[in-house]
Amino acid sequence: MDKQRKLLSAPYYLWMGLFVVVPVLLMLFQSFRDMDGSFTFLNLKGYFTSPVYLYMTGQSFLYAFLITAMTLFISYPAAYFLTKTKHKQLWLLVLILPTWINILLKAYAFIGILSQSGLVNQLLGVMGVGPQPLLFTRSSFLIVATYIEIPFMLLPLFNALDGIEGSLILASRDLGANEWQTFRSVVYPLSLSGVRSGIQAVFIPSLSLFMLTRLIAGNRVMTLGTAIEQHFLVTKNWGMGSVMGIVLIVIVFVVMGLTRKHQRGGIG
Amino acid sequence: MKKLTVLSFLIVLLASGLHFTKNLLQHTSGTAEPDIFHLYNWGDYIDPELLSRFEKETGYQVIYETFDSNEAMYTKVEQGGTGYDLVIPSEYMIARMIKEDLVLPLDHEKINGFENIDGAFMDLSFDRGNQYSIPYFWGTLGIAYNENMVKDAPMTWEDLFDSEYRNSILMIDGAREVLGIGLQATGHSLNSKDRNELDAAADKLTDLAPNIKALVADEIKMYMIQEEAGLAVTYSGEAADMIWENEDIHYILPEEGSNLWFDNMVIPYTVKNKEAAYAFINFMLVPEVAAQNADYIGYSTPNKAAMAYFAEETIEDEQFYPDQSTLEKLEVYEDLGQEFIGLYNDLFLKFKTLK
Repeated sequence: MDKQRKLLSAPYYLWMGLFVVVPVLLMLFQSFRDMDGSFTFLNLKGYFTSPVYLYMTGQSFLYAFLITAMTLFISYPAAYFLTKTKHKQLWLLVLILPTWINILLKAYAFIGILSQSGLVNQLLGVMGVGPQPLLFTRSSFLIVATYIEIPFMLLPLFNALDGIEGSLILASRDLGANEWQTFRSVVYPLSLSGVRSGIQAVFIPSLSLFMLTRLIAGNRVMTLGTAIEQHFLVTKNWGMGSVMGIVLIVIVFVVMGLTRKHQRGGIG
Repeated sequence: MKKLTVLSFLIVLLASGLHFTKNLLQHTSGTAEPDIFHLYNWGDYIDPELLSRFEKETGYQVIYETFDSNEAMYTKVEQGGTGYDLVIPSEYMIARMIKEDLVLPLDHEKINGFENIDGAFMDLSFDRGNQYSIPYFWGTLGIAYNENMVKDAPMTWEDLFDSEYRNSILMIDGAREVLGIGLQATGHSLNSKDRNELDAAADKLTDLAPNIKALVADEIKMYMIQEEAGLAVTYSGEAADMIWENEDIHYILPEEGSNLWFDNMVIPYTVKNKEAAYAFINFMLVPEVAAQNADYIGYSTPNKAAMAYFAEETIEDEQFYPDQSTLEKLEVYEDLGQEFIGLYNDLFLKFKTLK
């Protein structure tokens, strides 16, 4: 039995090794090489002494934080009320449906909605407000990114909230807690595991969103993804690009550490 | 255990199946069949009617593959195993491919119609004596504007800095293009390798930042046609497409000068069918063919003899076929070397964060 289990887990370890561990090690190795392939600390030094790169790192973090906060703010109540509806699996499916559509198509659809002659501006025109520049603004970037990430926050939240035993809530009410008290002392603590995985699922990809920064924000939002793309494709300075990749991984680890479960408990 | 045996058997079967498919694929794309011609070109960069005409006239069967950047093309050709007979890269990439022996010297004896090409587009710095390449199209970088959306039409790069155009310019997302504007507006060369000049250009560009609505790439064409913005810095062929769709748009070459680029035909070392490659070069040099292609694509043809087939207004359009004195002010990008490519890109990143 034990032997079989080992054999069955082999593909998993093989996969993790080949597609996670090895690439990260390669990137680490690359980040200590200069353009001629010899060992150097200059990439690292170049990164930490460049105000532009540090600014872009700050922006990456800031926007990922804002996107995560907004998705959480919208998804938590949505998931909560979803668990109370009659056909909750159906409604969940409807809300998850946009993930079936390619992200580029969604971005282009938003270009059509937000442009000068787009749907929103036509609506504003009917209301007597002239066309507003909506495309290429930071707020439209935040709105579109939030829209795209919502399903990834909603799903773990829904699973956590839906997994809470109904008897616990009944018991809480029996013992005299009102609805708000029940939510605060029973539902909310038990849903924290969902919040954690939701934050991880949204924050991490948001850090390296870079196509949207050009398509929707017209490069007004500058994140590290833009610099990484440039170093790998244009300047061929893979060392510098790798340093930035490593920085993003470090930020991811920090976020994972902060959102780790500290004690037993929670469902999911 | 039995399951495991079945599983291993399946994996072996799958692997051998993949191996077989791979061989099959290599067979179809790699072997030299005498009547097949592999053309590797930019997307939407030839009139498809001309391809079928070429097939009919010569009997070769054309296999047309496309790329979307010089860098992608370079990687694919360099790695080999492709069997392309003819490729159409831009000038700076041709210089690099010559240096790295990725292209073959041309046998000028086999080429008919050399005399049709305008002398101004021959014997240029990236390929002296046209030993390796034949001009296909050329174009410029300039300013497209919508006459209904700007009060005064821009004439120079300097005009773009005017506060009148606040938040209304769509800029092409390229380091050399943007730095080039700063360099030419301060009276320097597009290929400057002087740190002081580059710093001055980057400084100059800080004043341009408030006028920029967005830094985008291929989408510029769509936005200009839909009147999302009043001005754009873009390539001549893109501008030709915009004008075709929206008559209010015009294209100008800034008085300070601008970038001049070429896409030339070269025979890569992967060639399997040299005769077909020469036949294609000769076909594209026929004035009537070049004219039809230019009319379809919108970029400018280097074929002087083709001009006879154009409508009067096309040739007289100074913005797409500028006169000699304007042409002299245009500069071709040179390969800057790793260090300066890095510096240009760092300055460009800094400019982008000003937004």
